[in-house]
Amino acid sequence: MLKQLLGRRITLLALIGASVALLILPPFASSYVVELLTQMLIWAIVAMSLDILMGYTGMPSFGHATYMGLSAYSTAILITRYHGSFAGAMVFGVLFAAFAAALFGLLALRAKGHYFLLITMALGMVVWGLANRWVSFTNGDNGIVDIIRPTLGSSLSLKDSLNFYYFTLFFFIIILGLMVRIIQSPFGQTLVGIRESESRMRVLGYNVWLHKYLTFIITGAISGFSGVLWAFYNGFVSPMDVDVFFSLEALLMVAFGGPGTLFGAILGAGVIVFIKNFVSVYVHRWMMIMGLLFILTVFYTPEGIYGYLKRVLGKYQEE
Amino acid sequence: MTMMRRMMVLVIAVGLLFVVGIDPSLAQQKPIKIGFIVPLTGPAAANAKDMVDALNMCVDDVGGKIAGRPVKVFVEDDALKPAQGLAKARKLVTEDGIHVLTGVMLGSVNGAIAPYVHEKKLPFLTMAASPSDITFKKDSPYLFRPISSGIQVMHPFGEWAYKNLGVKKVVTMSLDYTFGYDNIQAFHRTFEEAGGKVIQMIWTPVNVLDFAPYISQINQEADAVCCLYWGSFSLRFTKQFEEAGLKGKMKILGGPTFVDEHALRFMGDEALDIISANSWSAALDTPNAKKFVQEYRRRYGFVPSFYSEMVYTNMRWLFAAIRSINGNVEDSGKLVAALKKTKIADAPRGPLEMDNYNNAVHNIYVRKVERGKEDLQNTVIATIPKVSQFWKYNPEEFIKEPSYSRDYPPCKDCK
Repeated sequence: MLKQLLGRRITLLALIGASVALLILPPFASSYVVELLTQMLIWAIVAMSLDILMGYTGMPSFGHATYMGLSAYSTAILITRYHGSFAGAMVFGVLFAAFAAALFGLLALRAKGHYFLLITMALGMVVWGLANRWVSFTNGDNGIVDIIRPTLGSSLSLKDSLNFYYFTLFFFIIILGLMVRIIQSPFGQTLVGIRESESRMRVLGYNVWLHKYLTFIITGAISGFSGVLWAFYNGFVSPMDVDVFFSLEALLMVAFGGPGTLFGAILGAGVIVFIKNFVSVYVHRWMMIMGLLFILTVFYTPEGIYGYLKRVLGKYQEE
Repeated sequence: MTMMRRMMVLVIAVGLLFVVGIDPSLAQQKPIKIGFIVPLTGPAAANAKDMVDALNMCVDDVGGKIAGRPVKVFVEDDALKPAQGLAKARKLVTEDGIHVLTGVMLGSVNGAIAPYVHEKKLPFLTMAASPSDITFKKDSPYLFRPISSGIQVMHPFGEWAYKNLGVKKVVTMSLDYTFGYDNIQAFHRTFEEAGGKVIQMIWTPVNVLDFAPYISQINQEADAVCCLYWGSFSLRFTKQFEEAGLKGKMKILGGPTFVDEHALRFMGDEALDIISANSWSAALDTPNAKKFVQEYRRRYGFVPSFYSEMVYTNMRWLFAAIRSINGNVEDSGKLVAALKKTKIADAPRGPLEMDNYNNAVHNIYVRKVERGKEDLQNTVIATIPKVSQFWKYNPEEFIKEPSYSRDYPPCKDCK
């Protein structure tokens, strides 16, 4: 009993520590580090939403960042071509991603497992093809530039790294809360049930297809939300924001952090963004380091780093 | 206990992340700092290596010093990804405090970085990014392209090919993306304006592996096929073109990268007699070019490619500008003004200067692949001097036209 309490306390302490670090430390860091942290948060949102789909519901999507890219594109086009408002772009981006997910979901949900993976990948490729070839609308592989970060109210310019960081953090926390809520709800429990045994859930009278379909749309919309942030974060979009590797990266974040844990996805996003941007400064063969880390993870801790930390912490408590 | 130690390591690692980021002023202002972003990983890694090699050679040439100040170069990898390129640009500006940003291979990476460096008022030399409209705006005074834009090489080549090769009908083949559209359509336009006909345009996917299905579509009424490929695409295309029995039946014309030295190194007899255009050839018969090729070969073991020469000359041009303001790179307005004025006459590729839009004006060479003393080489058969990005067109009118694309200019003689 005592041990359990201690375990909880450690988790709680870690959570508080991380929150404090995210809230208080950035003003003391350089704008480069702040921008990187912002990128981590944006990716964490995508990774978490994919985790609900993949880790909790058992639907490994190979095209999840597609919705992020789609809403990034809708934001870019709305802002640069039609001079849309910031809030308008945000709402439209999320709705657009949800709509695309609703459409793609109808096709993708006809399959399971590996086939689901392949169909989502193919759908992602379709979007990439459009972005690349529909030059008059998407500006082809040159991408769309000059998506300028807005000023909120009268003086809060999001061009400032720190302001944009806190802006992102604000939404990150809301979305995190939303996702925890989803997972703990009966709906979320049903999803886990579906992952464990679809046929049993069906026999119990649950509408499995509808649950999966709704999850597909909700997670697509959340991924779309991060796409809006992504467009403003970079100030441009290009077909690379909808390509397969982009989705692969999201998938790796979840696998690396620990599927079905939510926090693992955040950790995974953090580590991969860190390696890509920070380690690559010092090591030109940074991709090898990333590859090695993945291999080690698969071999020694298939439950991801979050799972590993949990296991090790558990041992520590027993000592 | 071991657990505690592990935790400590983690804490220290996270702490380091912040410490490293906290104080950029730790670095002294003394050296001239140049940021260089290239795709060191990914499919263009070999070209990026040529670029870095040339950069090192150029810095060594001046003894690592310009106007008495040491030169410090920061090489960063963008992995051909715009987002990563932008993150690296931010790092170079805010962490390393660079005075000039250079490099960049892809148009989309350039698009991501350009607004940021513009906002920071940082002189930016974009090197291999080809989209023509990068240098169409007069309101981006910090951006320079001391190399050809995507349309600059093929405009003169199209006209030259019609007038000098006896070629009347051409089929074009290219990768289906912007760099291809720019090159092929530039050729298409001037070739037709001179009197020729483009009778078929074949666009191959950007990830094409087997050219056979596309080569078999070629309309054999044509006198020549004009191609835009690079790297392994060029190798496969020329091989398969020969295997299809078409070599000798029609001429092969090529864009700037098609039989560039980076690909020619790996080619055999199938590449003989290909006629192409570029601002460089390693077989260029001038003292400056010969000296550069010899020295490059001694250092790295093979002849310099277009990518090597591009960086070498562009950096020399930058260094000349820095020298002209006595190394005062902190004043970016002054440096930009100096860059606008700087001309060099003795570069390996020949004379180089800027037009009013900060884009290179330089010679374009028409080259023919021949067997040299040791390897295949691009023998220069014609020189078209002082070519600007607008060729013979009026800049202001040209800028108003739509960018070249799959369908513009439209192909009137295609069936």
